Amino acid sequence: MNTRADAIIIGGGIHGCSTALHLCLRGLRPVLIEKDYAGRHASGVNAGGVRQLTRHMAEIPLSLRSMDLWEHIEDLVDDSCGFDNHGQVLVAEMEDEFELCRERVAELNLHGFTHEELIDARELRRLVPAVAENSPGGIVSRRDGAADPARTTTAFRRKAERLGTIVREGIAASNIRRENKIWCVDAGQESFEAPILVNAAGAWGGQMAAGLGEPMSVEAVAPMLMITSRVPEFIKPVVILRGRKLSFKQFRNGTVLIGGGYLATPYPETNDTVLDWRKLQESAQTVFELFPMMRSATIVRAWAGIEARMRDDLPVIGPSAKHEGLFHQFGFSLHGFQLGPGAGAVMAELIVTGKTNTPIDGLRAERFAS
Amino acid sequence: MTIPSPKREEYDVAVIGAGPAGLAGAALTGKAGLATLLLDENIGPGGQVWRAITTTPVRDKGILGEDYWSGMHLVDEARGCGAEIVQGATVWSLDRNLEIGISVGGAAHLIKAKRVILATGALERPFPIPGWTLPGVMTVGAAQTILKSSGLLPQGRTVIAGQGPLLWLLAAQILRMGGTIDLVLDTTDRRNYLRALPHAAAFLASPYFFKGLAMMREVRARARVVSGVTKIEAAGSGRVETVSYEAGGRNESLPADLFLLHQGVVPNVNLAMAAGVQHTWNDRQLCWSPALDAHGESSVKGVYVAGDGAGIGGALVAVPRGQVAARAVIDTLKPDAGAGLPDHDSLKAALARAERGRAFLDTLFRPPRQFRIPEGETIVCRCEEVTASDIRQSVAIGATGPNQLKAYRRTGMGPCQGRLCGLTVTELMAEARGKSPSEIGYYRLRAPVKPITVSELASLPKNESATKAVERG
Amino acid sequence: MFRRIEEDRRKPVEIIVEGQSITAREGDSVAAALLASGLEVRRATAVSGEPRLPYCMMGVCFDCLVTIDGMGNRQGCLVPVRDGMRIEIQKGKREIGR
Repeated sequence: MNTRADAIIIGGGIHGCSTALHLCLRGLRPVLIEKDYAGRHASGVNAGGVRQLTRHMAEIPLSLRSMDLWEHIEDLVDDSCGFDNHGQVLVAEMEDEFELCRERVAELNLHGFTHEELIDARELRRLVPAVAENSPGGIVSRRDGAADPARTTTAFRRKAERLGTIVREGIAASNIRRENKIWCVDAGQESFEAPILVNAAGAWGGQMAAGLGEPMSVEAVAPMLMITSRVPEFIKPVVILRGRKLSFKQFRNGTVLIGGGYLATPYPETNDTVLDWRKLQESAQTVFELFPMMRSATIVRAWAGIEARMRDDLPVIGPSAKHEGLFHQFGFSLHGFQLGPGAGAVMAELIVTGKTNTPIDGLRAERFAS
Repeated sequence: MTIPSPKREEYDVAVIGAGPAGLAGAALTGKAGLATLLLDENIGPGGQVWRAITTTPVRDKGILGEDYWSGMHLVDEARGCGAEIVQGATVWSLDRNLEIGISVGGAAHLIKAKRVILATGALERPFPIPGWTLPGVMTVGAAQTILKSSGLLPQGRTVIAGQGPLLWLLAAQILRMGGTIDLVLDTTDRRNYLRALPHAAAFLASPYFFKGLAMMREVRARARVVSGVTKIEAAGSGRVETVSYEAGGRNESLPADLFLLHQGVVPNVNLAMAAGVQHTWNDRQLCWSPALDAHGESSVKGVYVAGDGAGIGGALVAVPRGQVAARAVIDTLKPDAGAGLPDHDSLKAALARAERGRAFLDTLFRPPRQFRIPEGETIVCRCEEVTASDIRQSVAIGATGPNQLKAYRRTGMGPCQGRLCGLTVTELMAEARGKSPSEIGYYRLRAPVKPITVSELASLPKNESATKAVERG
Repeated sequence: MFRRIEEDRRKPVEIIVEGQSITAREGDSVAAALLASGLEVRRATAVSGEPRLPYCMMGVCFDCLVTIDGMGNRQGCLVPVRDGMRIEIQKGKREIGR
């Protein structure tokens, strides 16, 4: 006996959970199937950056929409998610990098976007007093900030469930098939059916799409992060570098997160990653140079979450190019966390009304259809 | 002062931990001519059981006893076998490519080994009672460590609580050295004597039996002992001042300056788990043990686990376990070198003999539920100061396991990486959710398993072979 | 809490604890030397400021964290004393960049 639902969502990351929540808000009853538990991978262990800064032009409308939701996140999920909006700052370390910042802001302004603001050396020093002396300036996105990723994803999952989502964790979706225009998916002993199927399977999303005859250019990657023990507060905004791989932030509890996109070796089939200490050494060297006071801070943990990176570093959002009733929402390529709330809202719109006012043209699955 | 550091970038065998298993293993692989690196975190060799054996100021051999001094011959063997021994070396990472991250004297290194023998031993089981974080509350093992390594003797009003062989050994040593003990609170569940009876025959034949009995008699003759203790609490303002307990339905309390706790030891699993070694719940020993084959090889190819890290057996078991693993390593890397060394079958036979009687001890000294699964405002996670009721509340609103719990509370995310709360969290959540510890699972542990500074990591020496190895992985 | 046994013949080592000179013995760990000193050496935790003293003395509990020669968060139970070593007791979150 199959359980009938309005939509079947595969993947319990922030995207799957957000879409489930937004479908519930629109009166639908979705099923969410997660092979591990909500937030087990990239969504729960990413750097927690809530960032509009430095986004690709195609992603900006979605990012802006998501930001509106982040600013009222407690109204949406009944939890603050540990969200702080002390801004994100892009630091240029050299004059030529600063010139690129200037060009970037000018181009954004031309398109009518004003969230990124060019700042000189003095304003940079005011925002980030701890940064090394010789930086010429950078860009700030003042509404940006950071949240606790595991707490956020958990909050979305819990709210979605409270609003009626059927959640199945620890069971992999299998035997995905379409019978009489209805999607059928097995989860352990149970079978679910629904007219709508959402692929929010993150690092496993490419495999699922390919299994449904819609292969896309995607690989599993595992960006590495490190965190220090608690130190007194010394930096409020999130700092990222224009020229080198580094993102740097201090959480409210005093711990400092060091990231930037160096990759571990992922083993998606066993949920496993192997860290590359030579690359983490480079991150440590950058911190050593840029924040001299961090030199004696102790690193207490390093890790990597497995996620999907598309060939063009942009996510796939929207209806399948091949199947009716199938929607893709994966491949966020190391920057999907901030997009989670907004992408779920857009997906729910697309599913329920067939359209959305948020431009997502550059993000659709069609671009991979040969 | 010269800072010791590994002389090579690559070894045949890296042995981690210079306690009984590590010393025995390294002595054998070194003797076989394998390039052997023995890494140990402590100031000198010996592990916990033979702590400070080369430097202890306690010179009267009768005080620390025959079992302690018996470690000297293995230290001599390991030192004379050609193995390179680095003390003060903290191993903070091991991965499936057998790349090892080490810190020595403030400098970090990455080295490679063809085989790794983990001999990281045991740590004392968490003893989460009210007040266990107060200054002046320590473990029995802690007091014994400083007694052996620095000749420090408890002073002032001293109370010892808990159960197990180590507790009686420490009490006897304190008394032999002229120290005083105000009270010993024995928490052994009286019903366990009956439960352990079926295993008694094997125990009678084990070397522990008469020694254990003699030691308990020695302590009882000179210190007050209360048995059947069912509840313990430490209290005080800024440090321990009072110990309260319940025994036979009666509540008592007494002033104390030093309160020592112990309820057995459990495998120190952090490095093995972070390396990806599979562990299973051992219900008899109430802890996680690595899944190993007959040679001690783990689920990560080339990584062996020996000694108490492979499941609690004590020093007499650790030695043959280290030798069994070492013999297997020799057989795979340099089979010809094994000719003059003890063969696998005789080592396995020695191991089987040493393991006799363990079931009796495990059953007799199975810690009671109330000392493993605390209530109310008792602290569970000492680093992040999370209480039992915090955890129960998180379970009530949806936390399903130790890793999910991190999204609600920061349990296990402090510097100790769950060493002092992990077992409590697993058992507490299992009970609260009506599941088995096996279903609930354990923290996913991450390197660095010991903190390293930003400058240590930033200054890793560049080395070509290690870089290549990483790329290959 | 602890006293040294009389038969201890190890070489004396002078260390400086919060500006005060004390005599330890060669082979002592920093944490053992602090416990033997009789000085007020309780640290305050980074989370709530609650006072603590060493608990395990074998490198697993991190309650012996101490600043040694300006380097904070060292495990005092694993570091041997050295002549002239400067020890500071950590109160709360450790200051960095001093």
